[in-house]
Amino acid sequence: MKLISLALVVLLGGLFMAATADFPDWGDPASPASVHVSPRYIEKTMEETSVPNIVTAVLADYRGYDTMFETAVVFTAGVACFLLLRRRDPRPGPERIYRHQATGVIVEMRHKPAKEPAGEVFARIDDDWVPHDLIIMNVCRLLIPFIQLFGLYVIAHGHHSPGGGFQGGVILGASIILLALSWDLRTAMGRLSEAATGLMSAVGVFIYAGVGAMCLAMGSNFLDYEALGPLMFVDPVHARSLGIFFVELGVGLAVMATMVLIYKNLASEGRLDQGL
Amino acid sequence: MDMAQYIPVLLTKYNYWVYITLMMIGLWAMIAKNNLVKKIIGMSIFQTAIILFYVSIGAKYGATIPILRHGHNGAHEAIRTVDYINPLPHVLMLTAIVVSVATLGVALALSIRIHRRHRTLEEDDILTQLREP
Repeated sequence: MKLISLALVVLLGGLFMAATADFPDWGDPASPASVHVSPRYIEKTMEETSVPNIVTAVLADYRGYDTMFETAVVFTAGVACFLLLRRRDPRPGPERIYRHQATGVIVEMRHKPAKEPAGEVFARIDDDWVPHDLIIMNVCRLLIPFIQLFGLYVIAHGHHSPGGGFQGGVILGASIILLALSWDLRTAMGRLSEAATGLMSAVGVFIYAGVGAMCLAMGSNFLDYEALGPLMFVDPVHARSLGIFFVELGVGLAVMATMVLIYKNLASEGRLDQGL
Repeated sequence: MDMAQYIPVLLTKYNYWVYITLMMIGLWAMIAKNNLVKKIIGMSIFQTAIILFYVSIGAKYGATIPILRHGHNGAHEAIRTVDYINPLPHVLMLTAIVVSVATLGVALALSIRIHRRHRTLEEDDILTQLREP
């Protein structure tokens, strides 16, 4: 069986390599992909949308439908992970473990206490993942706000530099995942609950589709941001730039929430109580 | 067809050969490996090869990233197509990367579900379990 697949893979790879003789050379400015539609994007983007980053303009304006449904795919993947993995039954075994914050002593409770000894003195922690490294925890605590600030910058500055909703959303999501890795899942859940991630991923897609529907309501085509000009008191070219920004906000929100949702479900096998 | 005529092809199109090698490694992992997680890793390698292929299609000699030069006073120079690389492959791959992360999440979720039911991720063990309940 392995021999057959090896022969198949080698044969297919050989066929592909023989076919590369017909492919354009590396870095050829006259390659077929670079001479049909892309010159128009490069020449017209600035005058039509006033967005210097052509990638952002093509992503959110010229190919707006594509990106809207890509965002919907990301949202659907989050929902699929939730539906596949989420379970309500609690983890078996002794599950109440607390750390005395001042000394680092770990206390285990066999039965559910009548009153949660949480607060400033004791912190409830996970039993299979007990991270307690002063340096890692505090470095991450200091770093995460700056990571999130950078994520917001990447979303908001996507018009003028590499960036945009997808990239910024992933950075924001990674900051929450870093919190879950360096502290524990429970701390991350305290910052961004399950309901919040679900709601935010849906709201992100809704913002995108809503901006499109608003253009429809203003009497233009779906996702034709020029129609939003009168609402925001700007000329049609700047309306397209602003429309791209609103859409990117929606994308960033949806991507961030979905990344966190997928991570939480995968890391805790769907129980969302504890895990990596 | 002697090997000598392939040497100029290799010199100008070596980038494709790298992606094809990567792609075949991914394909090999997907069809020959027994463990489901290894198959998923193979799928990711395959996707990465496709992404590299698209991005290399957009490259142009002597061109810069597809962000137009612009000043604060609103004045900009004439835009020449040869100065900027093709933005379209970058747009397509930008979304493809995020979607590949999302599909990776769904694939891992499915494998967790399979492990929950069969207590294994080895494909032939799962098949034996399915044949003899």
